[in-house]
Amino acid sequence: MTALGYNFGYLDENTKRMIRRALLKAVAVPGHQVPFGAREMPLPYGWGTGGIAVTASVIGAGDRLKVIDQGADDTTNAVSIRRFFAKVAGVETTERTGEATIIQTRHRIPETRLREGQILVYQVPMPEPLFRLEPRVSETKRMHALADYGLMHVKLYEDIARHGHVAMSYNYPVLVGGRYLMSPSPIPAFDNPKMDRMPALQLFGAGREKRIYAVPPYTAVKSLDFEDHPFRPARADAPCALCGSRESYLDEVVVDDKGGRMFVCSDTDYCATRQTQREAAE
Amino acid sequence: MSGLTPGFADPVPDAQAWFRALLEAMARPGRIQRVAALPQAPAPLAPAAAAVLLTLADAETPVWMDAGPGAEEWLRFHAGCPLVAEPGAAGFLLAAGAMPELAALDAGTEEEPHRSATLILQVAGLETGRGWRLTGPGIGTEHRLSVEGLPGGFLAAWAANGRRFPRGIDLVLCAGDRLAALPRTTRIEGAG
Repeated sequence: MTALGYNFGYLDENTKRMIRRALLKAVAVPGHQVPFGAREMPLPYGWGTGGIAVTASVIGAGDRLKVIDQGADDTTNAVSIRRFFAKVAGVETTERTGEATIIQTRHRIPETRLREGQILVYQVPMPEPLFRLEPRVSETKRMHALADYGLMHVKLYEDIARHGHVAMSYNYPVLVGGRYLMSPSPIPAFDNPKMDRMPALQLFGAGREKRIYAVPPYTAVKSLDFEDHPFRPARADAPCALCGSRESYLDEVVVDDKGGRMFVCSDTDYCATRQTQREAAE
Repeated sequence: MSGLTPGFADPVPDAQAWFRALLEAMARPGRIQRVAALPQAPAPLAPAAAAVLLTLADAETPVWMDAGPGAEEWLRFHAGCPLVAEPGAAGFLLAAGAMPELAALDAGTEEEPHRSATLILQVAGLETGRGWRLTGPGIGTEHRLSVEGLPGGFLAAWAANGRRFPRGIDLVLCAGDRLAALPRTTRIEGAG
């Protein structure tokens, strides 16, 4: 049941229609940022209002929603957003990646491979990949129009010249469909390869910056690099202390005040599933 | 006014269901979508085409259509959208008869390619599994789509539409209660 006094999905129908039109154009021009009117939400900008507006415009009564924050289902932001949609849309929620039809995420892509029929909604703080290099929106718009991304290549080159490698471990810029430079939102560079030719539809919402963009399924998403300095995603060199995974992205957790630390999977659902399987096998 | 037929029976969930079908259609070009909830649109509007307009059109979207005064009155009442006489001025176009020339429609600008028109084209038939070979974003290897009732010269016009990327027109094909979409990025090979 939807909470009384709210339209289904919280947003009014006019707003949803406006966002829906923006979403369709975003899918038609992969990686291009489409402006939209971000409405006031019952939480402040920076807490995922863009992602929530996209989810609210897409979600239906039959959907099953999963929300993650840095890979975890049980953090404040994830729990609040899940509860919000359970209240204003009456939808089922889940923590299982495989069971969800819509996954709203902040800063991670689940380890479990996504499939057709799923939609991944990213919360994006800054949609413009060039903003640190060129603060004027009028200029970045023109650079996107001309596919003039030399500035970003210079930035990567300078990183290599100074540090010997590209010094970006998250929010690593990608080229979508061979045309548009896109911010993958601050996911770790480790997750970038998962975006490439993903069977699921990827939608991005930036509430404060009022931009929506999208990557259709099976679309080429390439992390920028050079032939002699190929893109290399970084991962902590350790197995997960809880499930033993050597493939998943790890969080470093400080466990005491004597320098003790452990590495655990950032994706809680992936880690819990592996632990259960391991217990069952024993 | 007395002859006016209803739009969606339950506007909020019906519009959501049709939007998801459209989103899926646009994200996976050439796959056919259908939704059970149909509006009672007056002829010659196809139910799917009418549903797409009810889902996306409102006071902010100028619409062009060639479906006659009955359909115009119906849409104006249910969607409240302005109707324009010039195809080039429209954000959404519904063609029940002859297809408007793609080159004459608003294709957006290089900086703002999203400000382009969406053409909803009613066709005689849609079928997957044979016909055109579609490739491009949204398609794993290839999708097959067969469309009945397109004008001659469509493929040349579509290829020209694709060449001006990121500008371009996006197409929604409707046959009865079924729809498929061709975003500007989709390349078509072979005979329909």
